[in-house]
Amino acid sequence: MTLAPETTALKIQLQLEDDWFTVCDLTALLPGRGVAALLPDGRQAALFLDRSGRLYAIDNRDPFSGAAVLSRGLTGTHQGRPFVASPLLKQRFDLESGRCLDDETVTVASYEVRTN
Amino acid sequence: MSTDTPTIVLVGHGMVGQRFLEALAERGLTATHRVVVLCEEPRPAYDRVQLTSYFSGRTPEELSMTDMEFIKDHGIELHIGDPAEHIDREARTVTARSGLTVTYDTLVLATGSYPFVPPVPGKDAEGCFVYRTIEDLLAIEEYAKAKATTGAVVGGGLLGLEAAGALKGLGLTTHIVEFAPRLMPVQVDEGGGAALLRTIEDMGLSVHTGTGTQEIVTGDDGAVTGMKLSDGSELATDLVVFSAGVRPRDALARDCGLNVGERGGISVDEQCRTSDPHVFAIGECALASDGRVYGLVAPGYEMAETTAATIAADEEAAFTGADLSTKLKLLGVDVASFGDAHGATEDCLDVVYADSRSGTYKKLVIGRDGALLGGILVGDADAYGTLRALTGSVPPIAPEQLVLPAGSGGPAQLGPSALPDEAIICSCHNVTKGTIRGAVTDHQCTTVPEVKKCTKAGTGCGSCVKVLGQLVNDELEANGVEVDHGLCGCFSQTRQELYEIVLALRINTYQQLLDRYGREGARGGDGCEICKPAVGSIIASLAPTIGADGYVLDGEQASLQDTNDHFLANLQKNGSYSIVPRIPGGEITPEKLIVIGEVARDFGLYTKITGGQRIDMFGARVEQLPLIWARLVDAGFESGHAYGKSLRTVKSCVGQTWCRYGVQDSVRMAIDLELRYRGLRSPHKLKSAVSGCARECAEAQSKDFGVIATSNGWNLYVAGNGGATPRHADLLAQDLSDAELIRLIDRFLMFYIRTADRLERTSTWLERIDGGLDHVRDVVVHDSLGICEELESLMAAHVANYRDEWAETISDPEKLSRFVSFVNAPDTPDPVVGFVPERDQIKPDLPLLTIGTRPLEGSATR
Ligand code: SRM
Ligand SMILES: Cc1cc2nc3c(=O)[nH]c(=O)nc-3n(C[C@H](O)[C@H](O)[C@H](O)COP(=O)(O)OP(=O)(O)OC[C@H]3O[C@@H](n4cnc5c(N)ncnc54)[C@H](O)[C@@H]3O)c2cc1C
Ligand code: SF4
Ligand code: FES
Repeated sequence: MTLAPETTALKIQLQLEDDWFTVCDLTALLPGRGVAALLPDGRQAALFLDRSGRLYAIDNRDPFSGAAVLSRGLTGTHQGRPFVASPLLKQRFDLESGRCLDDETVTVASYEVRTN
Repeated sequence: MSTDTPTIVLVGHGMVGQRFLEALAERGLTATHRVVVLCEEPRPAYDRVQLTSYFSGRTPEELSMTDMEFIKDHGIELHIGDPAEHIDREARTVTARSGLTVTYDTLVLATGSYPFVPPVPGKDAEGCFVYRTIEDLLAIEEYAKAKATTGAVVGGGLLGLEAAGALKGLGLTTHIVEFAPRLMPVQVDEGGGAALLRTIEDMGLSVHTGTGTQEIVTGDDGAVTGMKLSDGSELATDLVVFSAGVRPRDALARDCGLNVGERGGISVDEQCRTSDPHVFAIGECALASDGRVYGLVAPGYEMAETTAATIAADEEAAFTGADLSTKLKLLGVDVASFGDAHGATEDCLDVVYADSRSGTYKKLVIGRDGALLGGILVGDADAYGTLRALTGSVPPIAPEQLVLPAGSGGPAQLGPSALPDEAIICSCHNVTKGTIRGAVTDHQCTTVPEVKKCTKAGTGCGSCVKVLGQLVNDELEANGVEVDHGLCGCFSQTRQELYEIVLALRINTYQQLLDRYGREGARGGDGCEICKPAVGSIIASLAPTIGADGYVLDGEQASLQDTNDHFLANLQKNGSYSIVPRIPGGEITPEKLIVIGEVARDFGLYTKITGGQRIDMFGARVEQLPLIWARLVDAGFESGHAYGKSLRTVKSCVGQTWCRYGVQDSVRMAIDLELRYRGLRSPHKLKSAVSGCARECAEAQSKDFGVIATSNGWNLYVAGNGGATPRHADLLAQDLSDAELIRLIDRFLMFYIRTADRLERTSTWLERIDGGLDHVRDVVVHDSLGICEELESLMAAHVANYRDEWAETISDPEKLSRFVSFVNAPDTPDPVVGFVPERDQIKPDLPLLTIGTRPLEGSATR
C-alpha cells in the first residue's frame, strides 16, 4: 500500500451514539478488502477502504445467513455506489446506506467513519 | 361499509384465487365491491408450481405470491386459516369455520384439488404423506431427516417424479412405484417412457413400473416399514408419498346442490358460471365447458380473467379450453410434452428420433397439411419453447431437422426468430411473441428481468425463460442495440478476450486492466465481485509469463481473490473454515495420517473423508488457520486448494502394483499428474483420476481429464463431470506413452484456460465451443492453430514456478496479521462461531444463526 508517511499514524474511528470509537490504524486496511471490528457492546462492524481512500463501515453480520462475515466479502462499485458482496450467498450491500441491493426489504446498520 | 356495496366472496386463496383478485383490481372492481377471501391454508397464496424448489433453497416466504400491500391497498378482507364450511344459496351466505358469515352478491369458488390417496390398507399410518402444500413439504422434510433412510413414491406421473426427486435430494434411497407400464403415462408414449426410465434410473432412483401398491406395512410403533406390491414382493421403506393424481375439491358445491360432473369437478359454462348464476368456479376445482378438469395453472389463470371480466360485464370473455403442454422441472431430467402429444388427430404422422445410449427421445406429431400438432421430448428439451410456440403452424424447416441433435449435420437449430408474432411464448401467462417484442421496442426493456416484470412472461413454471432470453437478444439486435456479451458491468469483453489482452500485452495488475480496458464508467472505480476474481484467476494462471507474482495473496492480488482464496480455506455457513491438505493420488503414509488425526484432535475439528480421496477438517476459526497450517506444513503437507478454482484431486485406484487386473501403475501416474498441475488456477475447478484398467475403479470418465490404463499405455478422456449435470468424458486419444499423455494434458488444460468462460467447467466448455470435441482434438492433438508450442511453454512456466501458498503465508508476518477475527481484538475469537456436539464430533451451532436460505451445494460459488 502506498500512503504518505505522515498519514500512517492516522486512526480509524467509528461513530457510536455521540462518541467516536477508535478501531485501528488506517494502515491495517487493504484497499478493496474489509476487516471486522469488535464494538464495546459486543456488536461487530465491517470496515472497508476503497481504492480512492474512502472508508466505509456497516454491520458485520450477514442478515441472510446470520454469520458475522460481511467484512470478508468482495467489494466493488455499482452505478457509482460502493458495495460489498456477502461471501456466503453473494447478496450485495451498499456500503454507505447498508441497503441490500438484491432485496429491497433488507438493510444492515451503517456507521459514520473518519480518520483522526 | 355501506350495505349496498355489492360483495364478492372468494373461497380458496390458491394460485388461481390470487390471480382472480389481481384481475378484479385491474378492472377497478375492488373499488366498487367489498371483497372477502376465505383462505384455508395457514398462509396466503404461494407458488405451488415451484413448490419443489423449497428443497433447493427457496423459502416459504420466497414462494409467496401475495403482496400484503396489494391486499391492504385494495381493501381486500383476507381471512387466513379460516375455510368456508357451508354455503346457503337461498340466503346467499357463506359460513366459515370461525363462525364468520358473509352475505354475497357473487361467490367464486377456487378451492383447487386434493391429492388422491388410493384406498390401500395402512394408508394413514405414520410416515405416509401427500405432496401438495408447503405444510406437506415441511412434514416430509422433518420426517425424512429424523426417521427415514428410504422413501417410496406411489405414482410415477409428473408430480410423482418431482416428489421422488425431492426425496432423493433429502438423501433418501428412493423408489417410484407406478401402476402403468411406463413413467409419466399421460404425457409420454412408450418410446419416451423408455428414454425417461433410463435417465431416472441413471439418477439413482429405483423404478417399479407396471406395479400396484397393495398394502402399507407398519411396524409395532405404527410407523411405515414397507409396502406390499402387486407382483407379490415387499419393498422396505420408511416413508411413503402418495402422488397418484388429484381430484377436484367440489364438496362445498355438492353440499349446496350445485351441478358437479360425474367424475368430479364443479360444472361451469364458458363464463365459468356454475348452475347458480351468482356462483362461479375457477381453477382446478372447475369442470370446464369442454368437459375437462384442468390440472395446470395456465388454464386456471384464464378462468380467473374470464370471471373477473364477466363480473365487470364490460368485456366479452369466454374460457373454451386450453393447451396441456408441460415440462418437468425436476433437476437433471428434461421431459416435455406439448399439443397433441399422443397423435390423437386423425391421419397425423410422426417424426421420431431416438438414441437410447444417451437417453434421448423426440417425437413430433405432424398433420396432413404439414402443421406441427404436438410432440414429446425426453432427454433434451431445449427446443421445447420454440416448438410449443410453433404448434398449429407449418414449421419453416423440415420436421426431421427439428428433432436431430445439434451438430449432426442438420442446419442450425430453429431459433425463436422463426416464430410468428401471435405465437404463445409463455403459456403460463399467455404472453405472445408480439407482446415480448413490444416490451423491448415500446417499453424499452433491455434485460430478461425487465421483460419478465413488464409482461409476466417467464414468472410461472419458468420453462419459457430460455426462449425469452433469445427473443430479447434478437429484438435488441434487430433494433441496432448491441447485445452485451461482456463479462460484467465493468468489462465489455468476454473472459477469453480479457485473457488474450492480459497475455498479449503482459498486463499484470487488475487496476491497469480496468483503467485501460474497462467500460467507460467503470475505469478508475473499484470493479465488482464478478470481474475481480475472474481477472485474479487469469493473472494467476499466467503469472510467470506476464511477470506477476505467483502468490495469490501478493499485493493487489489479495484484494481480487474470492473470500475462500483470500483465507486459503473454505468458508462454512457459520463463518468458520475447513482445511483440506493435499494427499496426492489418495496415497498417504501412516505417519501423515497420524499427524492429521493429532491436529484435528488438538483443535477440536470435525473430521471427514471427502469424496475426493482426502480428509477435510471443519470448524477452524480464522485465527486458528495459521496455527493449524504451521503444524501441517511442518509434517510435509501442502495446500490442497479445496478453496480455489484450480486443480482439486487426481483420484487413483490402487492399480497394477496390488490389483490382479491392473495393467499400469495408476497410483504413480496420479501422483505425477497431481504434482504437475497443483496450484494451476483455471476458470473453474479441475478434477482428474487415473484407473489401472478398464474396470475404472477411479471413475476417470467423470473427470475434467481422466486417464485409463491400457496394456499399451494410457487412454485420455476429457470433459467429464459429476455434480449437478453429469457428463461422461469423451475419449481424446488412445494408447499414449507417459510423455505423450502429459503433453496432451498440458495442451488441453491451457487451451481450456485460454478459451473458457468464467465458472465454466470443461464439460460445458466442450459443449459450447464451435466444433466441439473434433475442434479440440484438432487443436491439441493435430495443432491445427499452431499454438501448441505456446500452450506447452505456458504450462512449463507454471510447473517451474509452483510454490506452496500455505508455506509462503505462514512465513510472512504481514500476511499472517490478516488471519484474525477482529482487527482491534486479534486475540478474541468471533463469538458468533459456536459449535454443539454431534456423533462424538462437533457441528455448527445453528440456533445462533438465522439461516434464511439453503442453497444447493456450491450454488453460491456459481
Ligand atoms: C468436501 C466435499 C464433500 C465431502 O464431504 O466429500 C465437497 C465439498 C464442497 N463442494 Fe464438492 N465436495 C467434494 C467432492 C465433490 C465431488 C466428488 C469428487 O470430486 O469425486 C463432486 C462431483 C464431481 C465433479 O465435480 O464433477 C463435487 C461437486 C461439487 C460442485 C458441482 C460441480 C459441477 O460441475 O456441477 C460444487 C459447486 C461448484 O464448484 O460450483 C461443489 C462445491 C463444493 C464446496 C466447495 C461448496 C462451497 O463453496 O462451500 C464444498 C466445500 C468444501 C469445504 O468446505 O471443505 N462440489 N464435489 C468433497 C471434497 C473433495 C476433495 O477432497 O476435494
Ligand atoms: C408439486 C406441484 C407441481 C406442480 N407443477 C405444475 C407445473 O409445472 N405447471 C402447472 O401448470 N401446474 C403445476 N401444478 C399444478 C398447479 O399448482 C395447480 O394447477 C394450481 O395451483 C391450481 O390453482 P388453484 O388456485 O385452482 O388451486 P390451489 O392452488 O390448490 O388453491 C386452492 C386453495 O383453496 C383452498 N381451499 C380448499 N377448500 C377451501 C375452503 N373450503 N375454504 C377455503 N379455502 C379452501 C386450498 O387450501 C388451497 O389453498 C403443480 C402442482 C404441484 C402440487
Ligand atoms: S481399475 Fe482395474 S487396476 Fe484399478 S483397482 Fe480397479 S480393477 Fe484394479
Ligand atoms: S411457460 Fe411457464 S413461465 Fe412461461
